[in-house]
Amino acid sequence: MLRDITIGQYYQTESLIHKMDPRVKLGGTLLYIISLFFFRNFWGYVAAAFFLGLVIRLSHVPFRFMVKGMKSILFLLLITVVFNLFLIPGTELVSFWKLTITVEGVRTAVTMAIRLTLLIIGSSVMTLTTTPNNLTDGMEKMMKPLKVFHVPVHEVAMIMSIALRFIPILMEETDKIMKAQIARGADFESGSLVKRARALVPLLVPLFISAFRRANDLAVAMEARCYRGGDGRTKMKPLVYQRRDRVGYLCILIYLVVSITVGRL
Amino acid sequence: MSIILDHISYVYGGDTPLEVRALDDICLQIPDGQFVGIIGHTGSGKSTLVQHMNGLLRATSGHIYFNGEDIYDKDFSMKKLRSKVGLVFQYPEYQLFEIDVLSDVCFGPKNLGFDRKEAELKAFEALRRVGLPMELYYQSPFELSGGQKRRVAIAGVLAMEPEVLILDEPTAGLDPKGRDEILHQIKQLQTETGMTILLVSHSMEDVAEYVDRIVVMNRGRILYDDVPKKVFSHYKELEAIGLAAPQVTYIMHELKNRGFDVDTSATTIEEAAESVKKCLQITAASS
Ligand SMILES: Nc1ncnc2c1ncn2[C@@H]1O[C@H](COP(=O)(O)OP(=O)(O)OP(=O)(O)O)[C@@H](O)[C@H]1O
Ligand SMILES: [Mg+2]
Repeated sequence: MLRDITIGQYYQTESLIHKMDPRVKLGGTLLYIISLFFFRNFWGYVAAAFFLGLVIRLSHVPFRFMVKGMKSILFLLLITVVFNLFLIPGTELVSFWKLTITVEGVRTAVTMAIRLTLLIIGSSVMTLTTTPNNLTDGMEKMMKPLKVFHVPVHEVAMIMSIALRFIPILMEETDKIMKAQIARGADFESGSLVKRARALVPLLVPLFISAFRRANDLAVAMEARCYRGGDGRTKMKPLVYQRRDRVGYLCILIYLVVSITVGRL
Repeated sequence: MSIILDHISYVYGGDTPLEVRALDDICLQIPDGQFVGIIGHTGSGKSTLVQHMNGLLRATSGHIYFNGEDIYDKDFSMKKLRSKVGLVFQYPEYQLFEIDVLSDVCFGPKNLGFDRKEAELKAFEALRRVGLPMELYYQSPFELSGGQKRRVAIAGVLAMEPEVLILDEPTAGLDPKGRDEILHQIKQLQTETGMTILLVSHSMEDVAEYVDRIVVMNRGRILYDDVPKKVFSHYKELEAIGLAAPQVTYIMHELKNRGFDVDTSATTIEEAAESVKKCLQITAASS
């Protein structure tokens, strides 16, 4: 049940996008998201969707896999659309009972939906094609300059990569403990809210204990290998820009220029 | 009165690149009162198989019948099934959560609707059966040793008084003495109560002495399903899939090869010793 969430998941396959430097993908995704907020007309979104489609094609990740991840945020999308539809004042389009739909409302709701969809698919392309380790490596390197302001860049990156690494492990653990308690007659699915909250105790207590145990084991294992923070630490696979990364940056730049010109006509 | 698995297949992560066919067309029938050993190498699908028997996993295809009823029928009560088929998970000590041992063991019976008093009675009985010393009953389960925790977890399922008890590697990570004790208590439980028991393990040595029947799994399929003696006669094939027959099997075969007329189907040390003694007596008498 928990396994169905695909946001933030990595999809293993061979592709140009997978091989690309994480910094290109991070930067590209950021610029892409920003670009979505610059458009004034419909054509900008067409350009954005076209570019995204191209990247998805290149990434070799099946489209239906991405859409599956979208299902979990469909609800959020729906709420946004409904609120925009009914609450924005302007020229009246139709009205029934106490509700009015305005022309402006429809326009905002539609653009909002398109924007959110592109935003979420766009960022999931990044996570689907980049391993969590690679992603944090990229972030660490990109944020290096912040060290001047005494931001503990390495530590933050390490914490993030460990956290990301632990998500699937803890999910698996949750699944296992849940099953074990169901086998002992526990019921997580029915009853009042209070009853259900109480039913979580047999799940949460062992889960926390196991999380602490794992954290402790990991800390000991790191210490045993002489880990002592980022100073003087080198990488086994340092990030070095290749030709394809430069081409990647160029493509993003071209996209930005084209889409924003078209989108603000 | 039995569990019947009819062409069961199970796929993990269907529709993703990580698809794993963990069970492939399993047919199995487990009659009442039998002590069955399920053996297989790591990843052969043993845990997946037993999770089907109390409905925790739903087969991708196939049917399961418990006492003649299809458990995938709409009006079949899974809750009832889980009270009849008790499953002790691999490393069950990680499921303990209560403040003391007794309350933890009471969790199961309470979920079945027994009041505090009845639940405690059942818990006492279960704890006695797994041989946990009385003075530990009111301790925190987190302060026990690994083997003691394991016993508490087994008692937690036993207290529900299931008709079928499934134990997934109950001896993993225990020392030889703890292992023998637990297996011994399980055997005793079976002879005293006539309960059906399924014991999952990857060590032949563990189960050879106790079970009536061995099911050997390999890559999600059943390779052999027979009495221990017959299964062990395939010791060469077993080795090929990463399992081994009990050491006595090897010794007896080697002796036979060297010209001693011993019984190669002996599975326990006692049987083997008996057979060797007999063989030596015959040689001594004829010379
Ligand atoms: N939750 C899961 N998600 C995906 N694949 C899984 C999951 N659990 C098990 N598998 C896969 O299914 C196969 C069978 O696993 P299973 O746990 O049943 O093996 P096992 O025989 O119990 O092994 P072991 O002796 O190590 O306990 C393995 O290939 C495993 O990788
Ligand atoms: Mg297992």
